[in-house]
Amino acid sequence: MAIADQVASTRKGTGGEQRAPMPRQLRRRIAHSALHAALIVLGFTFLVPLLWVISTSLKTAGQVFIVPVQWIPTTPMWSNYKEIFEILPLAAFIRNSIIVTVLGTLGSVLSSVLVGYSLARLRWPGRDAVFALLVATMMLPGVVTLIPTFILYKYLGWLDTFLPLFVPSWFGGAFYIFLMRQFMIGLPFEVEEAGRIDGAGSFRILWQLIAPLCGPAIATVAIFSFLNHYNDFLGPLIYLSTNSKFTLPLGIYWYQGRYGNQWHLVMAASTVAIAPVIVLFFAAQNYFIQGIQLSGLAGR
Amino acid sequence: MPTMIKRRRRPSGVQLAEWRDGWLYASPFLIGVTVFWLGPMLYSLYLVTQSWDMLSPPQFIGLGNFGALAADPLVQKSLGNTAFFTFIGVPIQLLVALVLAIALNQNIRGRSFYRTVFYLPAITPAVASAVVWTQIFNPDYGVLNNILRIFGVAPVKWLFDPNVAKPAFILMSLWGVGPQMVIFLAGLQSVPQQLLEAAEIDGATTWQRFWSITMPILSPVLFFNLVISIIGSFQVFTSAFVMTGGGPQNATLFMVLYIYLNGFRLFKMGYAASLAWVLFAIIMFFTFIQFRISNRWVYYEGKV
Repeated sequence: MAIADQVASTRKGTGGEQRAPMPRQLRRRIAHSALHAALIVLGFTFLVPLLWVISTSLKTAGQVFIVPVQWIPTTPMWSNYKEIFEILPLAAFIRNSIIVTVLGTLGSVLSSVLVGYSLARLRWPGRDAVFALLVATMMLPGVVTLIPTFILYKYLGWLDTFLPLFVPSWFGGAFYIFLMRQFMIGLPFEVEEAGRIDGAGSFRILWQLIAPLCGPAIATVAIFSFLNHYNDFLGPLIYLSTNSKFTLPLGIYWYQGRYGNQWHLVMAASTVAIAPVIVLFFAAQNYFIQGIQLSGLAGR
Repeated sequence: MPTMIKRRRRPSGVQLAEWRDGWLYASPFLIGVTVFWLGPMLYSLYLVTQSWDMLSPPQFIGLGNFGALAADPLVQKSLGNTAFFTFIGVPIQLLVALVLAIALNQNIRGRSFYRTVFYLPAITPAVASAVVWTQIFNPDYGVLNNILRIFGVAPVKWLFDPNVAKPAFILMSLWGVGPQMVIFLAGLQSVPQQLLEAAEIDGATTWQRFWSITMPILSPVLFFNLVISIIGSFQVFTSAFVMTGGGPQNATLFMVLYIYLNGFRLFKMGYAASLAWVLFAIIMFFTFIQFRISNRWVYYEGKV
């Protein structure tokens, strides 16, 4: 954000616009207004699907099919939200999603801190090769392990449990380790010095000196891991078969398939699923943006 | 040279402790890669030679699976669908993402608000967006046809028309370009402002400035977006699975969907694993090609 502010201030500071002849200034102002108008139209277009979910979730079954679209239902059916908790094991879906997401995110954070520290701050033979392997796995398409890992979990007796959905995260996701390593490499070398003089081992240095400085990176990993576990559909679809064990996305899919015409209720359940993600986004927007930018700049 | 000198010295106790800890802390990743990547990939190589429904014991059929998939018309169909979605969809996605990023890079009020709005769809659970877009594309009461009607366009059948279903999926994918946009935006903000101003004083037009200054500096970011988007696009699954199940007339039967159907509906494990390897090879091929061509058009600062 600091860069943007700098850019903005240098632009103001040039003062070239005042000395410029009128037509040019006018042209700029018109271009500016056109840009604003375009952004308003585009912004609204991007919001339409989300507005549609909320709007439909407050309709009666019949109102859904009325043309032209009623964006604001005359009498909002708040009772739809009560109804979905009665006809669907929605509370169980929410609980399952929370279990998988919390355990998965915890694993991603702990493992990426540990492995990232090893790759960023410790010197050991073979480290560069391990880092190359890490970068390679980031590029590998996951589809190739879809069938064999399913068979692996079947042999382990993990099918229809939450284990396949969060245990792999405890062994570190390549992308999260990469993010953490990039962040830790930027920390000043003096951080360890104090600990070394006190005779602290590397484990104590990590948790008492390094980890507390990694707040932003930890937040970024936690948010992305949260989203991946919470939004995951293919995993639950393949591994879970008992209804009461479904996560929210799988539950919504299952319900939509069974009662396809009850759109108002499907949308109410979707709103329940989307709401936490949106709340999280507004609470931690800067970490999102930071994380994506870190990942994007990794390509340089 | 210094490394040679170091190597001759025997490692001290402190150094040995650091080696041990380094390997120890990296071990979760190493174990994870072995158990969840290398192991399954090796096992999958074995699986490819088998005919197995997970009920009766697997049967060795050599390269029979590959013979079967070469003759399977649905393989060609799904490869064609996936290629269409990727090679038509990704350029459009990146163009939209770039245009949005350029618009947001201007000094306008409400930038962060628009950024939020454009990014929100990307974090919406895929199932929820699929359900919503099924409704939006509905020929009778969907929003899209409602809006088109205002402009006098006859109702389009969208997901029910084999000719329009894939373009409909591409249209929907444009809704999720937020991450690519944010990456472009980060790249745009690293373009030195003095350079653009100097060029403007020299009389360069907006277009010239964009092509000669902004684009070269943005090219590594564009390259990254391209590689990641193509890998992701080749593996499209959830939207097609929820919205069409591959129809109409297999028009949206994408590769991963076909792999899923073979593996988890028909329980043809060997066949599904073979299909996965084919897709894997295709993705790796295009990633490799992109890296090979990249030095012709990607400009890295400091690397003259």
